[in-house]
Amino acid sequence: MSPMNVIVCVKQIPDPAAPGALDGATNTLKRDGKLILDDSDAYGVEMALQLVDKAGGGEVSLVSMAPNSETSGLRTALAMGAAKGVLVSDPALQGSDALTTAKILAAAIKRMGGADLIIGATESSDGYTGTVPEQMAELLGLPSVTFAKKVAVEGGTLKVDRQTEAGYDEVTCPLPALISVTAGVVEPRYPSFKGIMAAKSKPVEEVTAADLGITPVGWAGAGQQISNVAQAEARQAGEIIEDDGETFTKIVGFLENLKAI
Amino acid sequence: MALNNIWVFAQVANGAPTSATLELLTKARSLSSNVTAIIGGDGNSAAAALGEFGATKVYAVDHGSALPGVAIASAMKSVIDGGETPDLIMFPQNYEGRDVMSRLSVKIDKTVITNNIDIADSGNGVTVVTPIFGGNTLVSTSFTGSAPYLAAFRPKSFAAESAGGAAAAVTAVAVPDLGSTGGASVNAVHVEETSGPKLDEADIVVAGGRGLGESASYAMIDELAQLLKGAPGASRAIVDAGWVPYSYQVGQTGKVVKPNIYIAAGISGATQHMVGMKGSKNIIAINKDKEAPIFGVADLGIVGDVHKVLPKLIEALKGR
Repeated sequence: MSPMNVIVCVKQIPDPAAPGALDGATNTLKRDGKLILDDSDAYGVEMALQLVDKAGGGEVSLVSMAPNSETSGLRTALAMGAAKGVLVSDPALQGSDALTTAKILAAAIKRMGGADLIIGATESSDGYTGTVPEQMAELLGLPSVTFAKKVAVEGGTLKVDRQTEAGYDEVTCPLPALISVTAGVVEPRYPSFKGIMAAKSKPVEEVTAADLGITPVGWAGAGQQISNVAQAEARQAGEIIEDDGETFTKIVGFLENLKAI
Repeated sequence: MALNNIWVFAQVANGAPTSATLELLTKARSLSSNVTAIIGGDGNSAAAALGEFGATKVYAVDHGSALPGVAIASAMKSVIDGGETPDLIMFPQNYEGRDVMSRLSVKIDKTVITNNIDIADSGNGVTVVTPIFGGNTLVSTSFTGSAPYLAAFRPKSFAAESAGGAAAAVTAVAVPDLGSTGGASVNAVHVEETSGPKLDEADIVVAGGRGLGESASYAMIDELAQLLKGAPGASRAIVDAGWVPYSYQVGQTGKVVKPNIYIAAGISGATQHMVGMKGSKNIIAINKDKEAPIFGVADLGIVGDVHKVLPKLIEALKGR
C-alpha cells in the first residue's frame, strides 16, 4: 500500500434553509451572513477520508475560496478529519465567474504541491454552475471523471461508477486525477466532539489572489455582465385543502377534469 | 453582433439525436443560418435528423471508449485553432455537455454561462436568461469581450421543430493527443431505466419524496404511476438515500420534466426539486406540512399524510 494524498475543494455557502437574496448593488448572491460547509462537499470530504484510510497513509487537505476570511465551513470539514486547509480570501474575488474561480483554486492546489486525487462536488448548492471541477482538471492538466457515484482505488488506478442519463458507466482512470462526486457517494460522518476540538488548532493558511499570481479577478475578470434581474411570472394560487380522509376524491375529480382517467 | 456561425453540442441516444439536441438546433437556426452540430461518434446515423432540425454541417468526433468531455473539447479547439471561429457554442445542461463546455472554456479562456432557459441577440450583444432561487427570479446576463460565447441550456427550454432540412454534411474531426488529460475510459455501460414512459417524456409524472418515510412506501408511487400510465419520479433526498436509482431524480441535478400532470407526494419542494418540475402544466401536491414550498406552485394541494391519501386514491382508481 502506498500513501495517498487527497485535496478536497469545499465551498462555504449561506445557510440554504434561509431564503436566498441578491445584493441590490452588485446582483451577486448575498454572502454576508454566517457561512456553512456546503452539504454537497461533505460527501467529497468523507470520500477522501475513506480513500486515505484504505491507502493506509497520506492526508486530506482542503482548499476553499471566499470573499471574506470566513472559515466556519472549513472547520466543519477539519472536524470530520481533514488535516489542513488553504483559504483563498480576497475582497477582489467578489463577482468572480466560474472560470476565474477554477483558476484560483487550481493555482492554490499547485501551490500546495498537488495531490494524487482532487475531489470536488458536482455543483455547489448556492451557485450551481457545475463547471468548476472539470475546469480545474483542464487547468491542472489532469484526467477527470465527473459525477462519480462509487469510487475505489486499485493498484494506483481509479475505478469509478459514473452517473449517466440512463444509468451508470464503469470508468477507469489513472492517477493523479480529479473527480467530482455526487451526493450519496458515501454517507458523511458527523464530526465528533474530539474532532471539533482538534479542528480549532488545525492549520488554515490564508492567501490572496495576488499571492497566487492571478489577475484580474472579481467583476473585472468575469466575461459576463448582469444586465437585468426580474421576477418570474408567478403561478396562479391553487386550491389548498386539509385532508379529512376524503380528499382523494378531489384528486380523482382533478384528474377527471383533465381527462387523465 | 450578428451570429454568423453557431455550434451546437449534439448527442445521440438509442441511435437518434436526443430531444435536448433538437431543441438547441431549433433555437440555433432562429439565430443564424449557419449551424454546425458537434457530435461524438461517426455522425452518420444522426446526420439526417440533425439536418432536418437545422444543422447545415456536422463535425463528428470519434473518441472511442474515452470519456467524451476532454476528447470532444480538444477536437473543437483544434477546429478553432484551424481558423474557424464560432460566435456562439450552445450546450445542453447535462453530464457530457458540462464536461465538454468546462474543458473548452479553459482551452479557449472564455467564460461559460450555465443553467439558461433563453437566449437573445439584440444586434449589439448576446444575452442569456437564467432562473435562480428555484425559478422565482430571472437573471439576464450579457456576454462581454470577444466570441466565441459559451452557453448551456436546461432541457425543454425551447420547443423542437423540424425545419425540413436536408441531411447535414458530415466532416470527421480527429481527437488530438490528450497528453496527461486523457486516460479516463468507459469499460462498461449499465442502463437502469424502467419500463413504461420515460420520465422526461411522460404525460403524467408521480414523484415521491422523504415524506414517504421509508423505502418500501415507494411502491405506492410505482403503483399510482402505473395506474395513470405515467412515469415514477423522485426527489433528490430519496435518491441520495438509495431508495430508487438516480435515473428517477427530478430536479436541478436530475431530469427536468414538464408533464401535463405532476403529482408530488411527500415532497416539500426544495429549490433543487422545484427547478425540475415547475414547468408542469398541472401540479398536485400532497404533504403533511402546510408551510411546504411545494404548495406555492400546486394547483391542488392536499395537506395530509401520503400514507392515508395515496392508498385511498389508488383504491379509487383501481375501481374504475
